[in-house]
Amino acid sequence: MNTHAAAPKGPKLPLAPPPSLWRLFLGFFIMGSTSIGGGVIAYLRTGLVSHYRWLDDETFVELMAISQSLPGLNATNMSILSGDRLRGWPGAFFAALGMCLPGAALMTAAAFAVGIGGDDPISKAFLHAIAAGAVGLITVVLVQLGAKVLGEIADYVFVVLTAVLVAFLHVPVLIALVGVGALAIWWHRPRKGTAPKPADPHFKDHP
Amino acid sequence: MKQLLDLAAVFGYLSLLTVGGGMAAFPELKSLTVDTYHWVTFPELMHYYSLGQLAPGPNMMMVAAIGAQVAGLPGAAVVLVAFILPTGLLTFGIGRLWNRLANWPWRPAVQRGLGAVSVGLVLAGGIVLARGALTNTLTVALAVGVFALLMLTKINPAIPIVASGLIGILLYVI
Repeated sequence: MNTHAAAPKGPKLPLAPPPSLWRLFLGFFIMGSTSIGGGVIAYLRTGLVSHYRWLDDETFVELMAISQSLPGLNATNMSILSGDRLRGWPGAFFAALGMCLPGAALMTAAAFAVGIGGDDPISKAFLHAIAAGAVGLITVVLVQLGAKVLGEIADYVFVVLTAVLVAFLHVPVLIALVGVGALAIWWHRPRKGTAPKPADPHFKDHP
Repeated sequence: MKQLLDLAAVFGYLSLLTVGGGMAAFPELKSLTVDTYHWVTFPELMHYYSLGQLAPGPNMMMVAAIGAQVAGLPGAAVVLVAFILPTGLLTFGIGRLWNRLANWPWRPAVQRGLGAVSVGLVLAGGIVLARGALTNTLTVALAVGVFALLMLTKINPAIPIVASGLIGILLYVI
């Protein structure tokens, strides 16, 4: 847990001492209020690693890998995991609260505002065009996520299989997730002789 | 009361599907809230999704808007708790177990296997959103434009997203 002294490479400053619960909540609340445009993880990295120096990069990447392999929103999971590292379970709770509160409050307010002006064609044109732009953004996320996670051809087969089942054959997501997931995990099952390097936080072997 | 229980059940279930990101749950979000329960129409859902892009924090906080539309403030609160709490507890628990699992031989297999599936789920979510959002040449051009801009530059995604909205208004007005 205490990796304060370990600074193997780079011009690293020592980590700051763990913040008080209030400072922790405030920090996540600020990151939750300013991370506009989808790339919350990038804001989290800048905030946690560079600005507050509450976590080092190695820990951040490790927590990131856990966040992405578990259900739940990545930013929320990251908040829970880093909050727990810093301040135990109250830290996890207040970090997640600070991260989610601003967006959730705004969206709730927006629901009432849309109820008032929802048929206004100009706001419809605005929101419809944003949805189109968001398709472009998701494609970028897919490319980046794919580059990090996908290694061999079989991985791409699992991707296409999952997408076809869900988007075209309308198989319930849970069934696709469990079915293809089990198949993919079995495909990558530990084999005799290729066991070492389990502690590698980057499970990806980049080409 | 029945409605709040339905909201809790639906969003609790949806939260379990968000492996790799909120988008992974989008196909099921659409089919449950639009087709099964008729809480919102597909255009309304897309518009809330768009607003979620503009709001800070996790984009999927837009689920609060669906809860609010169905059952006011209690609806929003129920949806948020149902959407965040179960997976939050799971993450908390696994986070504490993880270090002990460091030498578990199946750990890399689970990470790589679920990684591929989660990319597939995000892809499926993108396809479902694209079906609703890309309805004419303009919207396709906006999607391609945002994609190209974000791939080629390090610009904050909020900028092209807001810009596409403004282009949408501009072309509607003229």
